[in-house]
Amino acid sequence: MTEQLTGAQALIRALELENVDTIFGLPGGCILPAYDPLLDSSIRHILVRHEQGAGHMAEGFAHVTGRPGVVLVTSGPAATNMVTPLCDAFMDSIPMICITGQVPTSAIGTDAFQECDTVGITRSVTKHNELIMSADDIPLVVRQAFHIATTGRPGPVLIDIPKDVLQNKMTWHWPTDEEVLASLPGYKPTTKGHPRMIKEAARLILDAKQPVLYVGGGILKARAAEVLMELAELIGTPVVTTLMARGAFPDNHPLCLGMPGMHGNATAITAMQKSDLLINLGARFDDRITGKVSTFAPDAKIIHVDIDPAEQGKVRRPDVPIVGDCRLVIEELVKTIREMLASGDTQADISDWKSRVSGWQEQFPLYYPPNEPGEALKPQFCLEKLRDLAPAGTILCSGVGQHQMWSSQYWHFNEPYTWVNSGGLGTMGFSIPAAIGAKVGCPDRTVWAVDGDGCFQMTAQELVTASVERIPIKVAVLNNSYLGMVRQWQEMFYEERYSEVYLSPELPDFVKWAEAMGCVGIRVESPEEVEPAIALANSINDRSVVIEFRVDAGEKVFPMVPAGYGNDDVLLHPNQNERREFLR
Amino acid sequence: MSNTSTHSNYQPSHHILSVLVQNRAGVLARVSGLFARRGYNIFSLAVAPTEDPALSRITIVVDVDSAPLEQIVKQLFKLIDVVKISELDPRRAVERELMMATIRVAADDRGQVVELTNIFEGKILAVGVEAITVSLEGSPDKLDDFEELLRGYGIVELQRTGRVALPKLDKEARVRTHKNGKAS
Ligand SMILES: Cc1ncc(C[n+]2csc(CCOP(=O)(O)OP(=O)(O)O)c2C)c(N)n1
Ligand SMILES: [Mg+2]
Repeated sequence: MTEQLTGAQALIRALELENVDTIFGLPGGCILPAYDPLLDSSIRHILVRHEQGAGHMAEGFAHVTGRPGVVLVTSGPAATNMVTPLCDAFMDSIPMICITGQVPTSAIGTDAFQECDTVGITRSVTKHNELIMSADDIPLVVRQAFHIATTGRPGPVLIDIPKDVLQNKMTWHWPTDEEVLASLPGYKPTTKGHPRMIKEAARLILDAKQPVLYVGGGILKARAAEVLMELAELIGTPVVTTLMARGAFPDNHPLCLGMPGMHGNATAITAMQKSDLLINLGARFDDRITGKVSTFAPDAKIIHVDIDPAEQGKVRRPDVPIVGDCRLVIEELVKTIREMLASGDTQADISDWKSRVSGWQEQFPLYYPPNEPGEALKPQFCLEKLRDLAPAGTILCSGVGQHQMWSSQYWHFNEPYTWVNSGGLGTMGFSIPAAIGAKVGCPDRTVWAVDGDGCFQMTAQELVTASVERIPIKVAVLNNSYLGMVRQWQEMFYEERYSEVYLSPELPDFVKWAEAMGCVGIRVESPEEVEPAIALANSINDRSVVIEFRVDAGEKVFPMVPAGYGNDDVLLHPNQNERREFLR
Repeated sequence: MSNTSTHSNYQPSHHILSVLVQNRAGVLARVSGLFARRGYNIFSLAVAPTEDPALSRITIVVDVDSAPLEQIVKQLFKLIDVVKISELDPRRAVERELMMATIRVAADDRGQVVELTNIFEGKILAVGVEAITVSLEGSPDKLDDFEELLRGYGIVELQRTGRVALPKLDKEARVRTHKNGKAS
């Protein structure tokens, strides 16, 4: 029973016992001891080219599998390279475990080589973090980390382990669930909604004349897509899915209005604005959704379901707050509504509301000007073709910028967990590593990354990782030679004074770069080339493929609710502006 | 504003949070970091071990003008090391604070400071040729008044501990305790 292990051996065994099958990482001085027992482990280690890549891979993995992504890196610069993905995961509530090496305990505080205050630096970008000072503590801290990362509102947890703690001997002990819970007296997430609140919510839902289901990423975290469908169909209520929730409710369902918010479609935005009841399920009234808060959905009562009590009333005071897990709460809500209907209650007639909503849908489809012969390719056209040619079950990842918004707008997300993007932090460079992580998590699916030319240049080197580790992904670079989203703001709000947004029309040579990284590189410049190139990419499954689409730099993302505007003042595509009054 | 705590419409701009935390490295940094990051103001903060060595108590006087108290409490609860938060309304709490001050005062005038200290029921801690050190324990308002009067003499050094508080034990006493169903 008293088995002696090194701290490093205990760490790897603990990870195995937590069912970790993949680690994304890169070794160095202080974490060296942990890399030795890894050689004898069944865990697959994916050696990245930059630690930030490891972090985003772990996020992509977690997005599509629902299991925490695990990262192993060394101290100092490696830990600081992890700050961006940790913050990204924190903002988007993604479960992640990050293990960092630290200088030996005797050297802590001496400004030793590659020492940094990792727990101090990452405190505000993690759900929790911990510096382990004794090898005996390793199994418990690992168990706590997985418990914290995956329960309640999920998030990243960092474990910092000094080199000597990894080397020291410890007596192996695997803590029981009871021991783990007892060691965390301050952590008891509420998962079951309050029955009285659920009753009140059901009442409001049956009485509402203009209800909207406002669905956020919490639905995906709670794996509640199925019960959401049941609820939506039971009450026949239109659904909007936020950027974090695309796919949580299928775009091809008649009740689905698509994405609201800054670049949402006019119908989704307006339906929220005009509604008399917003049923917020796992969303957080983000500023990108509400626009100017004081003018947001002025007549709507609010039901807010969130597992994080601090989200209740943070931005908009709910009439009915329900703290709990979205799946459990919706199940109860469906049950309650069914009971009320069975006992003679009736739902208010919402058919007028629904026909008003369909009216908006007819008047305000997404619009972009068609490709003109001899003129630059439209990025939206490329996305439509990528979407139409994508094999069933394709996972789409995106970077941050115009191409991200077009991805979310033009793709049809008909399945949960097929959309991976950086919503809260908006991290350029997210897509390629995230796509690699997603492919590791779902090796049988096609994974497309839609990236900008700016974003690609931040993390493209991970395509080398993809090639060496044989993780074939597909990348569509929408090359508009610009930091396009910033260019759009300068065009619209800074009198076309373009400041430091022009990258280069020719450099880098994306095709050569792709080839140098072991990928197939394809350049597309005209509309006729689009379909064949995508078809070719879809047919290649032994290597990664990069298609560079040379697209129109002048295209802007519409609709748009500019920062500081209310949602009533959404800017439509100029061609649709004369129909504005229909939105009233 | 002046002390009007007996007035029924009085809305204190500060509130006292008595926060029970696991007694572990970095916990104070977590709490203070949270206040800094979310833009909540702290009036004062006192930390001490409790009867249980595994736990510490942090008494935080927060500025409720900087953020709604409810948000502050909920965000604090998200810290894994926070075990329990008791919210004390100053109108229903006894608050105490300790102050020590060294006053520059010539031997001839020393009597005045001693007299003042006696009126406030403070203590004389040390006496030097040209200085005297006094202490006063009491309600923060009382300390404010005492400090104000001492200023007339010339304060060399002054330290206050920040307040600690417990619920007032009268029939109105109400301790709001957040323990179960806490944040994720
Ligand atoms: C790391 C980081 N730096 C800066 C920004 C600000 N930013 C948002 S979108 C964008 C432009 C992205 O350019 P590109 O990848 O070419 O995408 P496009 O908008 O052109 O589609 C920038 C600079 C950011 N989101 N992330
Ligand atoms: Mg660009």
